[in-house]
Parts: sequence; structure tokens; C-alpha cells
Amino acid sequence: MTTLDTPAATPAVPAAPRSAAARAWRTVRSSRAASIGLAIVAVHVLIALLAPVLTSYDPIANNADQALLGPSAQHWAGTDQYGRDVLARVLYGGRYALGVSVAATLVTLLIGTVVGCAAALRGGWFDDVLGRVLDAVLSIPSVLALLVVVTALGTGPSVIVLAIAIVYVPQVVRVVRGAALAVVPADYVTAARARGESTWAILRREILPNITDVVCVEFAMRASWVVLLISSLSFLGFGADPPTPDWGLMVAENRTAITVVPMASLAPIIALATLVVGLNLAADGLSKAWGVDRIREGS
Amino acid sequence: MLSFIVRRVLAAVGTLVLSSVLVFLAVQALPGDVATQVLGKDATPDAVAALREKLKLDQPAWERYADWIGGALHGDFGASLVSGKAVGGEVGMYLGNSALIALVTVLFAVTGSIVLGILAGLYRDRWPDHLISTVSLVGMSVPEFVVATVLVLCFSVALPWFPAVVLYGPEATVGQLMPAVWLPALALAVVMAAYIVRMARTSVIDVMASEYVTTARLKGLSTWRVVTRHALPSALLPTLHVIALNVAWLAGGVAVVENVFNYPGIGKLMLASVQNRDLPVIQAIALISAVVYVVCNLAADLGAMALNPKLRTRGRTR
Repeated sequence: MTTLDTPAATPAVPAAPRSAAARAWRTVRSSRAASIGLAIVAVHVLIALLAPVLTSYDPIANNADQALLGPSAQHWAGTDQYGRDVLARVLYGGRYALGVSVAATLVTLLIGTVVGCAAALRGGWFDDVLGRVLDAVLSIPSVLALLVVVTALGTGPSVIVLAIAIVYVPQVVRVVRGAALAVVPADYVTAARARGESTWAILRREILPNITDVVCVEFAMRASWVVLLISSLSFLGFGADPPTPDWGLMVAENRTAITVVPMASLAPIIALATLVVGLNLAADGLSKAWGVDRIREGS
Repeated sequence: MLSFIVRRVLAAVGTLVLSSVLVFLAVQALPGDVATQVLGKDATPDAVAALREKLKLDQPAWERYADWIGGALHGDFGASLVSGKAVGGEVGMYLGNSALIALVTVLFAVTGSIVLGILAGLYRDRWPDHLISTVSLVGMSVPEFVVATVLVLCFSVALPWFPAVVLYGPEATVGQLMPAVWLPALALAVVMAAYIVRMARTSVIDVMASEYVTTARLKGLSTWRVVTRHALPSALLPTLHVIALNVAWLAGGVAVVENVFNYPGIGKLMLASVQNRDLPVIQAIALISAVVYVVCNLAADLGAMALNPKLRTRGRTR
């Protein structure tokens, strides 16, 4: 957001974030679904951060003697085919999923919000051309687009962030544009334009504060999709490289042994599902509490 | 009315042209030399030169695009770099197999989610609603490969009713593939239905609170009549749109699920061609998916117009 910090905008900065944060906190506390959802996500973040404290096993250390064990006192969730502790891999697995997902969602939302607001504010040919291009991008299956980008540039986390941004920015732009269009005709926007303020300043001070709720809901919902997409990518062998502990990769590795050690597949599935349920609950709760109608916003 | 249809069709064609350009640019403008990309870094200069010749890389990009799109319009997508066969025929074969899954998926997802959505809407905030909402939340929160894996565990391993993997190639007949269609389709339908259920529930709640439903009730119509005459059509309308939007998603979901079951469909071909860097095949799949997506969206828009008289008189909304 540093690009938006024009000198003219600085006076408004101290007041706005504090009130927005206070408002957000009040909303979260008033909505049961949102508090449960955010609590689940917080637990996942804590586990990912504290993984080395919670388990003494190395998530990538092979141990052929201990392969394919069922749950026991030493290995609570058993071991996989290489003798790695499943619980340790699940606990560490959140790091890749959360890290890449949060980065990808942030980049997507940032680009999508700026472009969406600009389209709503500028209108005219810029809006029309943009709409056509976004339609064209949306018509290409996201998994195929992801796979092409990843094969071309390699499977590093930064490439995946870029690929996700390409795939999801059009949808975010549509939602944000829809929300911003409702604000643009307002008198204070017209007044700001009449004062001769720059597009950036209007964006930053008049539009953005009024669509924060839509953007926040969009973030939670988009993050859940990104987590699912990244895990699918890992499952297909295009995401995290072995032996990185990652949930999608774990399911792919242990699926063939599912009759021998079901926990090795089920544990990452449970971890993945709870994280996404948490994000979905948060998105639902926030959108209900703020009265953001996701269906009408055009997603 | 007619001019609206014409405008929608023209816009759809424009979108298609644009996406074909994007597909071509994305695949051809991959960083580095395309020939080296395809053959790998250890290729001999002779082999690279031969491939450059074959792909006509010496011509300017727009000429190659014109060649490609001109051929595509006649169903000629060039030859696969791996098998050497015509891409059109190969993709068509895999696409047919996937269409089987897609058809069963949409059938399952729509009937299941409409019934559940209406139930949840009618029993709003009572236990059937809570149960259905919770299940659909979980359905939304698990990726397709997880649903597929769980289904294999239940219906192939524990109860050996369906095959866990397909042993046939792309030339398999419908009869051979039929037993293998159900589990992949069910896996996709579960994920897809989870989204549609919520949409259907919301619209049913809206309709049941409307004045004409109250009037119908006061006239003494049975709940069954009210549901079939008012709730069902209103639940179908937004569903149409969600299905159209889901077509693009379906192509991706199919890629994952087909790989779980080793089903010889477009998703498996997509993954294989990306791994082999078989550019003509990737381009063909992307273009065909784009056509399917645009046509479905067009059909949904026109269908919504036919179902909802209010939309017929409305002008351009965005």
C-alpha cells in the first residue's frame, strides 16, 4: 500500500485504520460464525508457528525401520511409507499451505482492488476493455492456466503466488468493481473530483474506506479457494516439491497405502478441511454481519 | 429483445477471439525459446532447428496465430508433438469421455442441490436447514481429490461396488467406461452441489417471504403446489447461472478427479500434455474449454431471460 501514501493523503491516515479495526473487532465478536471461523484459523496459524515446539520429530527425516506404523504412543498418527512421523508432517504442513496461500491471496486482493476501483472510477473505454479482457481470462480453466505458468517458470513458491494472482485477479476485480460502482456516484466523490484531487487520492480516501467490508469478506473467501487450489496443485505434483511437508502432497503420497495406514491420508485431510471450514465460516459470518450480499456482488 | 440477443452473441464472439489470442500468447510467449522449452536443455542444435522448422517459429507471431486460428476454425489443430497424431481427433476422443462424466455430474449436482436447497429453505433455521447447511459447508471446504479419495475408500475398498481405477485407454467404449463414471461424477457433484445448495436456499427463502406466496397460501393451496409453482422456478433461475460459472471450474476439477481414477478424459490429457510440453494439445484444450465456457454462459443468460420476464425488457446492465 506504500504506493498509495501520497503526501496529500497523510492527514487522514491516523484516524481511519483505528476506527476500521475497532469496527471489525465489534463485528467479529457479534457474529458467532465469524468468531468460530477466525478462531480455527488462528489455531492453525499458531500450530504452524509452534510446530517445532509441539513435536520433536523431524518432518522430513526418513526412518526405514519405522515405516507404515499404526498410531502408537511414540507416533500418535502413525508413520508413512518412509517412516516419517505423520503428526509432525501435518503440524509442519500448515507452514507451506498458510504461507503461500496468504501471500497469494494478499497479492491477488491488492491487484484486484486497485484495478477494480480504477475501473469503477474511470469507467468509459478503460472499463469496457478491461471487462472484455477479464471475460477472456475467466474463460480459460484456472487449473490449466496454473499448470502452464508453473511448467514454464518452475514450481517455486513465488511462481505459485504469481500464477494464483493471474487466475484469481479477474474475479476479485469484478467483485470490487461492483462494490465500488455503488460508491462512485456519491456526492463526496463528486466533491473530491471537483476539488481536483488525483485518482489515487480519491481511491485511497473516499472509495477504499467504503468498500473495506467487501474486500475483507473477499479476502477470507478467496483465501479458502486459494488453499484448496494450492493443495490440489501439490496433489497433482505441481506444487510443493517432496519431501516438503504439505497436506496435498501427503495425500498424494499416502493414498496408495490408505488401507494399511489410513491415518497418514486422513490426518492431512482433516487439517486441510478444518482450515478451509474456518476460512469459509469467517467469510460467511463477516458477510452476514456487514450485510455484504455475495451473490449480488457478482461472484 | 432481438437486439439484446444479437448484442450478447456478438460480445460472446468478441470474448472468444480475445481468449484465443491470450491462449496463443501465453503458450507461445513462454519465457525462452519454444523449441528449447519443448525439447529440454540437453537437445541437440539439429533437433531444435528441426522443431523450429516444424513449428514455423521463424514466421512472425501474428502469422502463426492466423495459421493456427484458421486451422482451428476448420477443426485442424495441428499435430501432437508427442504422438504425431492430429490434435483435433485426439482431443475429441478424450473430450467425449469427459463429457460423460460432466453430464452425470451436472445431473447429480442439480437435482441433489435443488432438492436439498428447497428443503433447507422451507425448514429455515430448523434442524434440516442446519444439517444441510453444515454438510454443504464441509462439501465446499474439501478439495475434489479428498472427496474422490474418501469415495474410493468407501465404495471401492470397503464396499467393492465400483472400480477404483480405470484400466481402459481413451478408445474405450461408453459401455466399458460406464461402471467407472459414477464415482468421479459423484466426487465432482458433491463439491459443485455445495455451492448451488446455498444459492437455491437463499432464493427459496426470498420467494417464500414474498406476497404472492402469501396470497397463494391464503387461497388454500397446498405446500406442495406452492413449492412446485413458486419455489422451484425461482430456485432454478440463479442455479442456471451458477452452473454456467461452474463449467470453467469443472474443467479443473475434472483434471484432478480423472487423475485419481486414471479416467481417460480431457483432464488426464491436459496434465499429460503439460508435463510433455505438447503445445498444440495445450492450445487446443484451452481454446475448446474457452468455447464451452462462453457458450454455456451465453446459454445461461438467454435461458435466464426466457425464464424471467423482467429481464426481457431490461437494457444493458453492465
